[in-house]
Amino acid sequence: METQDRQLDPGLFKPAEIDQQEGEKIAGPPVSFWKDSWIRLQKNRGALISLAVVVFLFAMAFIIGPLVSPHSPYYQNLANRYLGPTSEFWFGTDKFGRDMWTRVWAGTRVSLYIGLLAALLDIFVGVVYGAISGFLGGRTDDVMQRGIEILNGVPYLIVAILAMVVFEPGILTITIALGLTGWTFMARIVRGRMMQLKNQEFALASRSLGASGLRVVWKHLIPNSLGLIVINLMFTIPSAIFAEAFLSFIGLGIQVPEASLGSLISDGAAELRFHPGLLWFPSAIFCLLMICFNLLGDGLRDALDPKMRK
Amino acid sequence: MVRYLTRRFVYMFVALFIIISVTFFISKLLPGSPFADPKLTPEVRDQLFEKYGLDEPVYVQYLKYMGNVLQGDLGNSFFFESRPVMQMILTRLPVSMFIGIQAVIFGLILGMVLGTIAALRHNTLWDTLAVVVAIIGVSVPTFVLGPVLQYWLGLKLGLFPIAFFDSYIYSIMPSLALSVFVISTVARFIRTEMLEVMGQDYITLAKAKGLSGLAVIVRHVLRNAMIPLVTVMAPLTIYLITGSLVVEQIFVVPGIGEQFVQSVVVSDYSMILGTTIFFSVMFILALLIQDILYGIIDPRIRVAGAKE
Amino acid sequence: MNGDNVLEVRDLRISFSTYAGEVQAVRGTTFELRRGETLAIVGESGSGKSVAARSIMRLNPDANTIVRGGEILFEDNDLLKLSEKRMQRIRGPKIAMVFQDPMTSLDPTMRVGRQIMEALKKHLGMSGRRATERAVELLDMVGIPNAEARVRQYPHQFSGGMRQRVVIAIALACDPQIFIADEPTTALDVTIQAQILELLRDLQERIGSSVILITHDLGVVASVADRVAVMYSGKVIETGTVREIFYQPKMPYTWGLLASIPLPTADRSQELIPIPGSPPDALDPPKGCPFTARCQYAMKVCAEEMPAYTRFSAEHEAACWLHHDMAPNVEPPAQIGGHR
Repeated sequence: METQDRQLDPGLFKPAEIDQQEGEKIAGPPVSFWKDSWIRLQKNRGALISLAVVVFLFAMAFIIGPLVSPHSPYYQNLANRYLGPTSEFWFGTDKFGRDMWTRVWAGTRVSLYIGLLAALLDIFVGVVYGAISGFLGGRTDDVMQRGIEILNGVPYLIVAILAMVVFEPGILTITIALGLTGWTFMARIVRGRMMQLKNQEFALASRSLGASGLRVVWKHLIPNSLGLIVINLMFTIPSAIFAEAFLSFIGLGIQVPEASLGSLISDGAAELRFHPGLLWFPSAIFCLLMICFNLLGDGLRDALDPKMRK
Repeated sequence: MVRYLTRRFVYMFVALFIIISVTFFISKLLPGSPFADPKLTPEVRDQLFEKYGLDEPVYVQYLKYMGNVLQGDLGNSFFFESRPVMQMILTRLPVSMFIGIQAVIFGLILGMVLGTIAALRHNTLWDTLAVVVAIIGVSVPTFVLGPVLQYWLGLKLGLFPIAFFDSYIYSIMPSLALSVFVISTVARFIRTEMLEVMGQDYITLAKAKGLSGLAVIVRHVLRNAMIPLVTVMAPLTIYLITGSLVVEQIFVVPGIGEQFVQSVVVSDYSMILGTTIFFSVMFILALLIQDILYGIIDPRIRVAGAKE
Repeated sequence: MNGDNVLEVRDLRISFSTYAGEVQAVRGTTFELRRGETLAIVGESGSGKSVAARSIMRLNPDANTIVRGGEILFEDNDLLKLSEKRMQRIRGPKIAMVFQDPMTSLDPTMRVGRQIMEALKKHLGMSGRRATERAVELLDMVGIPNAEARVRQYPHQFSGGMRQRVVIAIALACDPQIFIADEPTTALDVTIQAQILELLRDLQERIGSSVILITHDLGVVASVADRVAVMYSGKVIETGTVREIFYQPKMPYTWGLLASIPLPTADRSQELIPIPGSPPDALDPPKGCPFTARCQYAMKVCAEEMPAYTRFSAEHEAACWLHHDMAPNVEPPAQIGGHR
């Protein structure tokens, strides 16, 4: 609390030119929700690394892996059985002398395909179902929810097993099996979000301006749910990959001579005692995939969740 | 609350009803007949058909089937002809339950400890470590973990037996393999819940009362964070069911899971469907118990809110 | 420490580290609380008043709070420097606090009586039965009917106003010397507001504690406060008795606050004068007087340097360059000259 005894320049007491806009200025550059989330995501190194690894694995499986090696995943040469990693066979060979490198990447291709498929199903069936159920509410919602409850009454994997038993095992059947119930979780989440959003002011405002229901859903509610949808996708994909691997492991999935990570792991587990390498390679890739998707999902959830903002 | 429960009961029955019906119709769709063995003469086949009631019109079979199931009769195994499915399941049930429950108890305890530490040491090395461990635990599937455990703990270190089920110690590895996922899920869940609770106003108020940090955590944070843990029960039940399929195969444990997989391999349809129904019932029961428990634990549901 | 004062806050500076940078919430706040009085701290959202109040009880989140300077003197101790254990002995029996939102201030899973008894047992060492009796007494004191039965109920069984009373009961449980109320009525209906304020005034007379009331509502200030401190952008810019602030405000910001209240008796031809603009960014606060950008009397010097305090009476002081000898003479706007 100093006293006013310093000599001050009288010129300082002239009125200041006050820019009216200064007072209205909101500090900091305007940052949209997405940009802000992207910034937050970038701070999460685990998530970024995971993203990079996932992209890398995609590239390896679909492009680089097959290109780089001259071998075919099916070619059997019994003279070369059970070789450890050599300069010719980078991951070694299995009990039929097939090159593990190409087999592992072929298996990864299958797993990634399944994952993508599950994601697409999620979006086209799950989101739509959930949006309709949540937005319409009332009786329709009740009925639709009961439907999901019943579909969920049998554990997801048991349904898949049943499907595999009824139809011939193979990629198409797996697709159907996972497609039957894999989307229900997404539907639930989207429905919950719809119910949350549809009564919020911006939706009501839009409707009071004459927007039809469909327009409101499409232009307002769904964009506001995108965050949730993306996050959930990051968890459905590994869960589908896991399901396929599980089925293959118990012998119901991909049949020989095709390979999936699950069947490779299953074969490897059988040879554990003497040739553990057959287990390690596919397991490592598989776990890497799972971990990365989970990390990515976690990171996205932290970045997109408005509650975590301070 | 009573009304809420009755509604849940009704839904449960309806769901079960539909599931059982669906399994019945699936059984009709299954390719081939169980008696496709060419060595059987037509007369013997007809006799077998008659014995199993397969010669009657579909709707009659359906009604009989439904009636049987409701009485707990799931038919006889096609593979082991004189043995009722239900009995076969019940014989093997204790083993699977033992391993499963042991896994859950172990997982819950360890998971809560891990999750609590992570939440209390939020944004420090401990938190990051715990989260990483939890993510790995969730990502590494049991069918990878099982063999890995067998290799390291069993073969290399010789700590536990790696297969079969002759005495208690044989249950340790299977339970261990199953528990990893439980630990990770519980840890992540508790961590998230605790962090959310710790940010609430009433925690600040508790501190403002001059309570010690420990009292605040134990009496307020933990209690509120643990309530939603009940909702993890149902997914965990699913996990245990499907996990048992894998674990029992790998560790050669004579449980329901192994039996189920075997029945798939030999196309014992009656067994497959019977076990499916059994699993569904278990799951739906778990859902019901979960709902009831939640209603009991959360005072906001248990005691109806009455404005003054 | 001055004998009349029960609490002294000197040049308090508190910042928060966020992922966007350092948020300077409190930038040199000084005020005193006299024995037995009600001091109102007034300011807009973001002025730092809540942060300052929580700092008195050290309730700011440990993880990202930085104490950049200052002292809080209470009973010959600097509260900012006390160990956590000693603070725990002060929170409750010596200084207590009531928060803004009654709907979230109580633990939803614990019975109301027990939440009151926690404090009683810890600080006053009461046994179970005695504590329950006392809890019932407290509920009664804050005006909750049928206290005996209600002591065993859960928070969701009470309405908002009732919950706030419970929170007050918890705060009073140990007869604190200082009672801090952070916007206690903001989340309540107007009629309930009046009741709660009445209750607070009542209790203060009975127990004789000194009260810090944080609010942005000048109506509340007028009805219960003895003295007022006006905060803006983390600084106290004017303090005085209630009469002085309302009848002889000395700062353009205070003028603005008073002029923007709609009064039922005012001449309808007179416009409401809102204060244009918004408060400055706490991440990058201005170096001079923080109100410069929104002040119609701003001079060049205002943007350069923070003005010193000018004392107008024993209780009244304000920080504004307009009070400097070299500044032009400025009259407060007509709306507030001679109000009531």
